[in-house]
Amino acid sequence: MEAGRSPNIEIITLAELKELSGKPGNFRAKLHIRPRYVDPLKCTSCGMCTTYCPKEVVDEYNERLTFTKAARIDYAQAVPTIYYLDEKECLRLQHESCQLCANVCGPNAIVFDQQPEERELEVGAVVLALGFGRVPEEVLEKYGYGKYPDVLTSLELERLTCASGPTEGEVIRPSDFTHPRRIAFLQCVGSRDVTCGNGYCSSVCCMYAMKEASVVKEHLPEAEIDLFFMDIRTQGKGFDEAFNRAVEKYGFRTIYARVPRVDQVGRRLALTYVTEDGKTHRDFYDMVVLSVGLDAPQDAEVLAERLGIELNHYGFAKTKVSTPLETNVPGVFVAGAFQGPKDIPESVVQAQAVAARCSELLAEVRGQDAIHKEFPPEDEELERLEPRIGVFVCHCGVNIAGVVNVKEVARYASTLPGVVYTEDVLYSCSQDTLNELVKKIKENRLNRVVIAACSPRTHEPLFQETLREAGLNPALIEMANIRDQCAWVHAEDPEAATQKAKDQVRMAVAKAARLMPLELQRVSVTPSALVIGGGAAGLQAALSIANQGFEVYLVEKEEELGGNLRRVTGLLSGERPQKILEDLIKQVESHPKVKIYKGTTVENISGYVGNFTSTLRREEGSEVINHGVVILATGGKEHRPVLFGLGENERVLTQLDLEGELEKKGGRLSRAKSIVMIQCVGSRGEDLKYCSKLCCQQAVKNALRIKKKYPKKDIYILFRDMRTYGFSEDAYREARKAGIIFIRYQVDRKPELVKRGKSLGVKIYDALLGEELFIPADLLVLSVGITPGENEEISKVIKAPLTGDGFFLEAHVKLMPVELPVEGVYVCGLAHGPKPLEETLAQARAAAAKAAIPLAKGYVEVAPIVSRVDQSKCIGCGICAALCPYGAIEMVKVGKRKKAQTITASCKGCGICASHCPVLAISMGGFTDEAILAQIEAFGAFVEREAEEKTEKEEAA
Amino acid sequence: MAKKKSGKVLVLGGGITGVQAALDLADLGYYVYLVDKKASIGGVMAQLDKTFPTNDCSI
Repeated sequence: MEAGRSPNIEIITLAELKELSGKPGNFRAKLHIRPRYVDPLKCTSCGMCTTYCPKEVVDEYNERLTFTKAARIDYAQAVPTIYYLDEKECLRLQHESCQLCANVCGPNAIVFDQQPEERELEVGAVVLALGFGRVPEEVLEKYGYGKYPDVLTSLELERLTCASGPTEGEVIRPSDFTHPRRIAFLQCVGSRDVTCGNGYCSSVCCMYAMKEASVVKEHLPEAEIDLFFMDIRTQGKGFDEAFNRAVEKYGFRTIYARVPRVDQVGRRLALTYVTEDGKTHRDFYDMVVLSVGLDAPQDAEVLAERLGIELNHYGFAKTKVSTPLETNVPGVFVAGAFQGPKDIPESVVQAQAVAARCSELLAEVRGQDAIHKEFPPEDEELERLEPRIGVFVCHCGVNIAGVVNVKEVARYASTLPGVVYTEDVLYSCSQDTLNELVKKIKENRLNRVVIAACSPRTHEPLFQETLREAGLNPALIEMANIRDQCAWVHAEDPEAATQKAKDQVRMAVAKAARLMPLELQRVSVTPSALVIGGGAAGLQAALSIANQGFEVYLVEKEEELGGNLRRVTGLLSGERPQKILEDLIKQVESHPKVKIYKGTTVENISGYVGNFTSTLRREEGSEVINHGVVILATGGKEHRPVLFGLGENERVLTQLDLEGELEKKGGRLSRAKSIVMIQCVGSRGEDLKYCSKLCCQQAVKNALRIKKKYPKKDIYILFRDMRTYGFSEDAYREARKAGIIFIRYQVDRKPELVKRGKSLGVKIYDALLGEELFIPADLLVLSVGITPGENEEISKVIKAPLTGDGFFLEAHVKLMPVELPVEGVYVCGLAHGPKPLEETLAQARAAAAKAAIPLAKGYVEVAPIVSRVDQSKCIGCGICAALCPYGAIEMVKVGKRKKAQTITASCKGCGICASHCPVLAISMGGFTDEAILAQIEAFGAFVEREAEEKTEKEEAA
Repeated sequence: MAKKKSGKVLVLGGGITGVQAALDLADLGYYVYLVDKKASIGGVMAQLDKTFPTNDCSI
């Protein structure tokens, strides 16, 4: 993980916060750090201590499904990559008896007498990202967990399906090690269950159950899998689609039932359950997986007491809709699952948002304590010499050397042309080896380096940095991935793996000889942001960027700020949405760094990250502005389908219309006796394919508001799945208690509108009664969902792709939820996808954090691998410009003809342009045609050898 | 005059949220202490094999 490499992140493990004093900007934090018993500066992560440690310990990382040792590292990729001794299990630490690890540790890194440490830190802000806790095992016991071995938790199954897990990815029954043929997933274990104190919905289990079921099916195509739901809650962006696709592809059976208990009958597990039609079923399975929910973090209570933080009634951090990141202690913020159960993208959004929040608080001291890494100047003379290649072949402990004969590969490498130095190293990525590498480069005057180790995806940046430290251009390195491509995939044939490693090294050397230094470019950044859209998202994003100290142009196409939030009149939390909006507008309007343009549209955004130019048009005329980044907060629209008489009958309205009615005295609402709400009107497969995420909460909220105002009115909510995820499940329960009637309708038997004279009603099939009901509706309220705003036009202007549903497509759905594929452009709020206010406000801040990074740096570094057009060859056909997914090629006039030109700051180096150029006028830095051809030619030696062997065999035969 | 603020931030918890917050804070020009009670960072996400809906590897 990247965090391990940043000079500005100091990782302190085995530590807890004991005390916090001071105020925002100046806190003093006392840490208690437990001993690791291993010297981090000496440990090379070779694993000898684990190999020789005689004490077997249950492996918690693998969910107690296997054993590890008292001297260990939790998993191969752990950061920091330093082993530790398990204090409670180590024989030496407990009984003074053994010291095998110390005896075998080459670098003498074991320190048995290491003492706990108290450390005091001065910090400006504190972020609590405690994550979530485990649902207690007692809760799982009623499902037979702990009693029947084939009842597993979802995390246990996760480890079973993992290739590096205890069974190497084989899904087996713990009772008899056979493959299960029938598997049941039980949802809502430890969630939506007041009997165990967790009344909330954990918001992630429906998704992960579907993922795990799919992965199991890939391992065991014969398996039959049934999933038991209370409701299917796949409300996130694109989740419904993924869910349905999986059900269809793998033939899962989804059943609406809550299974009360699990029994063992013979060697199988029996589930007895009642379906919605009132029928009782009994089915047998070979394995039962409990989709366990997210509990509040176990250490939350102690910490809350120490810091004076308020928790909610479930033990999660207490926050408000308007300020989802603030605890009650100023300067102490919260993010992630500790704020409420949430999935990875939502956690990442809050993490980025909390970074922005801290940055707002500490804007005046930005950079003050940051460390800037300096590199020595490049030795250009050395780089110009004939290739002097150094080849380093990595053992990766036993990871490579256990299969590939590393020493032989190194010997072979020394015979290749241009190679002046070779060495086999135990761990090429460990800090001491990297230092050695710098020394070796200098001693032997190497000017090209080949590392035969693992994947350049994870490790190339590290080696590039090492080259820079040695005074070489970072482009002068080539990696051969002999771990994944030789040791891993050919584990059963060491000889062939070694031969292939040699081939790969030969190819890498051939390419390395033709590598040229590439210039690391820096483009300066205009320190201001353009925020498009003045709704909740745009306002919050603009305010955050301005508070971080940068100029903002906020553009709203309407004459008034506020967007959709203007129409919302209540929130489940009791907060007043109009007050939230007013506060936001007031702060934005009075901020000296924000320039607001109402009644204005954006035309013509051109340029690239750091240097955009846009035209703002309003009636009085237009203005051209320069800015470094763009935030798209263009919002969404209420969907108004022509269904159930919406727009024709005045008794039919939407939830947003109802919000307006709720504020009125008298009116339609006061006269109505029976109110019917219908969910998913036009959504989830009709005009809109997706779920709009917030309508279920909104319906429950509005129903409760009506009940409070008019306790005697009858309210019915007709739904497919109630998706009151997270803590809004409380409101759903409250609504049922308050007498609001919820009836599930089936997708193939949707409710129908019935007109009887002047009166309206709805016909619905009730599964439990097994008959059709007629419900009078003096007021029919439709939950209609959200459609994208005018995204299409902007998407074309800035070349940012949209999803099939018309929302902006983020760069990575999990890890880059606010970035777009076009650098310097970010998205938040409804423009990204439907979501409730709290999530919109967090996402707006996340976008503000990402947008502020280039502004804060003042420059953008362009990755050196970019395309370059040889304009003397270019015929100006424009194929490259049309194909470039990043808008990084522009056609410019050179003399009388148009020629292609790369905007290096936008180029991602994907190579699409180069591969399509009909006259080979485009070359990629680091991947020139010449270098690639040399690499392929070097591969040719293998082909020749194969041919020879074949003839030999044939001759022998 | 008030004491000058510190440009450092303490992030408690080294799961995906803590790590992401630390990375962004470092990029924004702050020094970060990333503190975890376990021997390594990564949190629960490091235990996951794949992630929904893209089935990407989670490490």
